[in-house]
Amino acid sequence: MSDMANEKTVLQGHDPDMDVEHHLHMYQQMARIRAFEEKVNELYTGALMPGLAHLYTGEEAIAVGVCEALQLGDYITSTHRGHGHCLAKGASVDRMFAELLGKEAGYCRGKGGSMHIADIETGNLGANAIVGGSVGIATGAALSAKRLGNGRIAVCFFGEGALGQGLIYEAMNMASLWNLPVIYVCENNQYNEYTHYSETIAGQITARPQAFGIHTETVDGQDIRAVYETMNRLVERVRGGGGPAFLLCDTYRYHGHHVGDIDRVYYRSKEEEQHWMTNRDPLKMLSGWLIDQGLADQIIFDQIEAEAKDEIIAGAEFAINAPYPDPSEVDQHVYAE
Amino acid sequence: MSTQSNNGRELTFGAAIREALAEELRRDPTVFIIGEDIAEAGTPFKVLKGLVDEFGPERVIDSPISEAGITGIGVGAAMTGMRPVVDIMFGDFVPLTMEQMVNQAAKVHYMSGGKLKVPMVLRTTLGASRRSAAQHSQSLHALLSHIPGLKVAIPSTPYDAKGLLKTAIRDENPVAFFEDKMMYQLKGPVPEEEYTIPFGVADIKRQGIDITIVATSSMVHVALGAAKILEVAGISAEVIDPRTTFPLDKKTLIDSAIKTSRAIVVDEGYERYGVTAEIASVIADGAFFYLDAPVKRMGAMDVPVPFSPALEDLTVPTEKTLVEAAKNLCGRT
Repeated sequence: MSDMANEKTVLQGHDPDMDVEHHLHMYQQMARIRAFEEKVNELYTGALMPGLAHLYTGEEAIAVGVCEALQLGDYITSTHRGHGHCLAKGASVDRMFAELLGKEAGYCRGKGGSMHIADIETGNLGANAIVGGSVGIATGAALSAKRLGNGRIAVCFFGEGALGQGLIYEAMNMASLWNLPVIYVCENNQYNEYTHYSETIAGQITARPQAFGIHTETVDGQDIRAVYETMNRLVERVRGGGGPAFLLCDTYRYHGHHVGDIDRVYYRSKEEEQHWMTNRDPLKMLSGWLIDQGLADQIIFDQIEAEAKDEIIAGAEFAINAPYPDPSEVDQHVYAE
Repeated sequence: MSTQSNNGRELTFGAAIREALAEELRRDPTVFIIGEDIAEAGTPFKVLKGLVDEFGPERVIDSPISEAGITGIGVGAAMTGMRPVVDIMFGDFVPLTMEQMVNQAAKVHYMSGGKLKVPMVLRTTLGASRRSAAQHSQSLHALLSHIPGLKVAIPSTPYDAKGLLKTAIRDENPVAFFEDKMMYQLKGPVPEEEYTIPFGVADIKRQGIDITIVATSSMVHVALGAAKILEVAGISAEVIDPRTTFPLDKKTLIDSAIKTSRAIVVDEGYERYGVTAEIASVIADGAFFYLDAPVKRMGAMDVPVPFSPALEDLTVPTEKTLVEAAKNLCGRT
């Protein structure tokens, strides 16, 4: 994998705001995630998908803004709400759907499912159903990268709910002590499952990494230009040996905690949801800005969204028609040879 | 003792562990050790003393007192090209690592459809009778033996300790490695030449024909002591050490029980739901028609390990209690 790390060079020495093509690419990535998640919801409500899924809709700017600042060989660890991270890091739609439907063609041969998609070829060390469960893994991957001198960095995605678990503080402490190339990306979507974060988190979130001497920044997680620009700086700093960083992204989850969480008024209002969807939508914010700047027309966004939907429909169709794993698979891969 | 060659050199159990680690650190640059007080201090038992001098603080890493954190870092490092040995000072601290061991290390390979792997060793201790009370005396190897995806080694001699630890480090899977802290000064033959011991191969520590005693870790020595006493009483005991609780060499255990027609399983973990239960069940299933008595289990008493020597000594199987149990099973009371 070490040769892959250098395949994509970081944009340097020019104003990224002027790169219309890259902005449209980021819009396309967000549109793919949005369409993917809407299809997942449809599959779930149509009883075509086993189990549950935790939709990333509304948070797309973080996954895309972060992963666009990374190289292919860089590592990410993801969460139960991880479809966006996987797609943004380069996973293909058809094998994602296949995994969600428990099919052999899936990224994990159907053994992982929605909450455990791993794709080593794109540096994705796996989504994790234990909130904060991957903080040690990402930090360990950073330790590897430093020891092996392969120039990679690790990004650990987690939600603000994970701030309630102790492992994160043990790992951040060691990352800072040993100057490890890891970026902790906290997606604060406001709710730990069904509870507002103000009821679960004392003090300031940013004070926590800062207490370990970790460089910490906060960004509007709905503004992909801000996420991408901030991440580029952090990646440069971390890859250059500057030690770990922490990026707090404020965001919002449009759907419930999972696809079955439909009745939400007991923990958040419809007005609040409407406010974020109308005024703080990451796709609208990017397309609106590009249109305002005279850099693009609405028609191009309609076209991107239509293409994304076509890709999603084809990917889901592939997965629906793909075979399940053979029963003999059940006790394969318990142990590595 | 069948697998041991004896060229005259003897090492302590602790020195055998240190030698295994040093050889693997020398052989493979991706091997590193991480743990509390393992570098200059060389662990409280001094087992790792001197390793940092040869391999440096980047490969013998002194960590904060963060058992979950270092285990998680070990898992991540193992997934990305390293071979970490995570040192958990006392087996009683293994529960602090359980989320990372049970939900992460054990499952990564399976959940990823075989694409990711975790070649990591978690080294820790077991064993009571050190007057260390309830939180420094437990033998918790059954907890990890329960989890698919993990392997568990539990050596009883310096020879086995060295050979099994080298195998553990080279294994592509997460391995928990339990050392009885009371055995670190135990001496035994360890050849100079390179060797490893495969997992899942039990060792017959003593041949016998009347009763099979399956024993693990320090209980092997209790069993060998009991076997000598039983010999005087006219009972020939076979002592078998499975050496790994997973993979488990079922065949050797069953074959011995078929031969002797009686079996006792002795292990220092808590008796209930423990290693003795699993092994007794394996023997009962495999040797049922050849057994002249039910398979007897002897584990640690099902109480938190007490501090007072007067109480602690009651909680662990001894030569005396084992001899009594063996005689009972053989109808020689």
